Amino acid sequence: MSKLISRRELLKRAGVAGVAAVVPVTADKRPQQGPAFAAPQAAAAREPLEHLTAMESDVLEAIVARLIPSDARGPGAKEARAAHYIDRALGGALASSRTLYAAGLAAVEEVAQSFRGKAFKDLLPDEQDDILSRFDSGTVQGFADAAAFFAVVRAHTLQGTFCDPYYGGNAGFVGWDLIGYPGVRTLVTPDEQRLGADVPFNHKSAYDYEMFTKAVASAAPMGAITHGD
Amino acid sequence: MATRLRETDVVIVGLGAVGGIAALPLTQAGLEVIGLEAGTWLTKRDFAPDELRNNYRGWPQSAQKANREIPTHRPTAASPPFPRLAIHPMMNAVGGTSLHYWAQSWRLNPWDFKVVSETKRRYGSARIPGGSTVEDWPFGYEELEPYYDKVEVEIGVSGAAGNVNGAVDRRGNVFEGPRRREYPMPPLRGTGFTDLMAAAARTLGWHPFPGPAAVNSRLYQNRSGCMYHGFCNRGGCHVDAKGSTAVTTIPKAQATGRLKVVTRAHVTTIDSDGDGRVTGVTYLVDGMEYQQPAKVVLLASYTYENVRVLLLSKSKAYPNGLSNNHGQVGRHYFSHNQTAGVSALFPWNTNSWYGLPAQGTAVDDWADDNFDHSALDFVGGGNLWVYSDRRPIAAASMSTFGKTGRSWGSEWKAFVKENADRTNTSYLQKTTLPYEANYLDLDPVVKDPLGFNVCRITAEYKENERKIALFIQDKMEQWYRAAGAVAVERAPVGPMGPSTHAYGGTRMGDNPQTNVVDRWGFSHEAANLGVLGASTMGTSGARNPTLTAQALAWRTADHLAKSFNAIARRRL
Repeated sequence: MSKLISRRELLKRAGVAGVAAVVPVTADKRPQQGPAFAAPQAAAAREPLEHLTAMESDVLEAIVARLIPSDARGPGAKEARAAHYIDRALGGALASSRTLYAAGLAAVEEVAQSFRGKAFKDLLPDEQDDILSRFDSGTVQGFADAAAFFAVVRAHTLQGTFCDPYYGGNAGFVGWDLIGYPGVRTLVTPDEQRLGADVPFNHKSAYDYEMFTKAVASAAPMGAITHGD
Repeated sequence: MATRLRETDVVIVGLGAVGGIAALPLTQAGLEVIGLEAGTWLTKRDFAPDELRNNYRGWPQSAQKANREIPTHRPTAASPPFPRLAIHPMMNAVGGTSLHYWAQSWRLNPWDFKVVSETKRRYGSARIPGGSTVEDWPFGYEELEPYYDKVEVEIGVSGAAGNVNGAVDRRGNVFEGPRRREYPMPPLRGTGFTDLMAAAARTLGWHPFPGPAAVNSRLYQNRSGCMYHGFCNRGGCHVDAKGSTAVTTIPKAQATGRLKVVTRAHVTTIDSDGDGRVTGVTYLVDGMEYQQPAKVVLLASYTYENVRVLLLSKSKAYPNGLSNNHGQVGRHYFSHNQTAGVSALFPWNTNSWYGLPAQGTAVDDWADDNFDHSALDFVGGGNLWVYSDRRPIAAASMSTFGKTGRSWGSEWKAFVKENADRTNTSYLQKTTLPYEANYLDLDPVVKDPLGFNVCRITAEYKENERKIALFIQDKMEQWYRAAGAVAVERAPVGPMGPSTHAYGGTRMGDNPQTNVVDRWGFSHEAANLGVLGASTMGTSGARNPTLTAQALAWRTADHLAKSFNAIARRRL
């Protein structure tokens, strides 16, 4: 089959290959923290909040950091920017959860203040985990939706950590690297489906493929880009 | 006031998996056909490999007509309703759910057409569960075989034949009925993991084989072969390798010049005259109402909407809903028991990050009546299916098999990092029978935004289905253990809510007292009304319904084309 590859695509591939050459690779082939991971973290400092209040954001950032913590096994939901994903999505696809977040984040903060006399974000990790466990098990006095809220935050934190980076989470592909997902491909060879296959991590989003973006709609004939990598 | 349009020969309500099939034989026979479709055209550029969009946000169906009329569900007439689903499992588009379905394209086994007579013959009358309204089909597998063949060739089905004209081939399903020839394409390839599972099944003395799929295993009719990229589950194909009617029969019917496709058309009622004949349909586009007269109407939306449109189409001749003077519309409803799954944990990576749900290994030894039920106390069985289909959010949401205290935190994270690619969840499709107590009707309270009552499901799995579930879970666990699984987890039998495999409601049969449509798919009451889809099927088999519904659609359309003058003009 003939492959029509645009100049832009070729340059991008060259760029990916170049990064791969300098990023240290662990024994299990998962890229460690490298340039791709550090860059979005730096950008987060000037992050606007789209839907959450500053207080809500503080609580949510602290929650996601405990759900999928940064630890010896690598970055977690904080580095993946799961809270940023949630904040953005609360104005769109997750809008129906906005009131639950308002109630739930306020409840977490209230429990922190009444148990420990401090903001949730300023508690020690074990203290935070203790409070989150109460929400997980639905044993928070005065807040009947505790378990439902916890389940929603956990589900959205998973989305924000493991989604396509286009949505503002899984920054630097840290979520996909964590679980060993080698990235979006549009063509997969028989060899890449073998047991024990060594499939390189390509760090590609769906929208790194031009056929799925608006930009190429008029620039390339339909069907021209059927290759993977 | 509705705008009255020019009369056509045939109007098809819904241009999806079955309506899109029927359009081809009709237009090829010279009939003028109008296809009314609630969705729009979608193309391969629309089908980004995006798990969040496809599998969590329900694109595109979350914003479509179907999603505004999601059926409600209660287990029994005496129980309160369950919470309503947020996203309808089916989608609207030209091609319908054949765009994002798994594309598993099975023929039913011969036994499925004769469940009652074969069960009585082999095990006695008492074996048919009490309360079941199951009947034999009005014809056998042989009658449908030519139409299975036509559809397989037209949409392009890949597979390994297990029985060609009586010659059994162990590379395919040795339990299948005789086929006239091989599949049009060889089966989709196996993966390392599905090949390993096949080998494990053989050590148990079972007969594994690659399942049939309406997905090209090589270039076929100028459409690409499959890219195995992994987003076929609730996702359309970015290279048109999936044989959706949107890229097969519908464009071919359009090329005849006799199919007019009307998109974004929301059909509200099928109209009928005082003699009980249908006269056409009424539909809305952007709030504007149109009346499309037609000599024949083919109702081809999904099971729930087929039933709803009939029940909403009340007239002088049909005070209880169109074609419902015998009170059979909505009866004999059932859906595959896809709950009670089995998952396994392996001590090594399965490398299942890519592939598609139709790429796998099937075992049919425990389906239908392929095994002796003499010492058992149920009817039917299940097909075991293991496939390659994993995406990152779902992978990280995996069960931890009771091996972590919490489902979050560092311990959980370590488990998921280690095991995200070490699990497999099987797809177990199990026989479900129709029962008197399981049915569809209109919800008396819940309405769509136009003010029309939505469909209500009253259904739960009965004793027979629960026994099958336990039996099949045992077999699946045995298979996983034989392949080296270190932990196996079973899910409970779940509720029988809105399903992608919904059957009955307009059942086909010779007896008008117990069936809505006759053996050709035409109403026993309104002679020029045909119904297409699994809503006409009286048994489920243990496998996906689409190919059978498509073969039936072709057969109904073929019959209509051959008998058009009689059907279009005859009076009861």
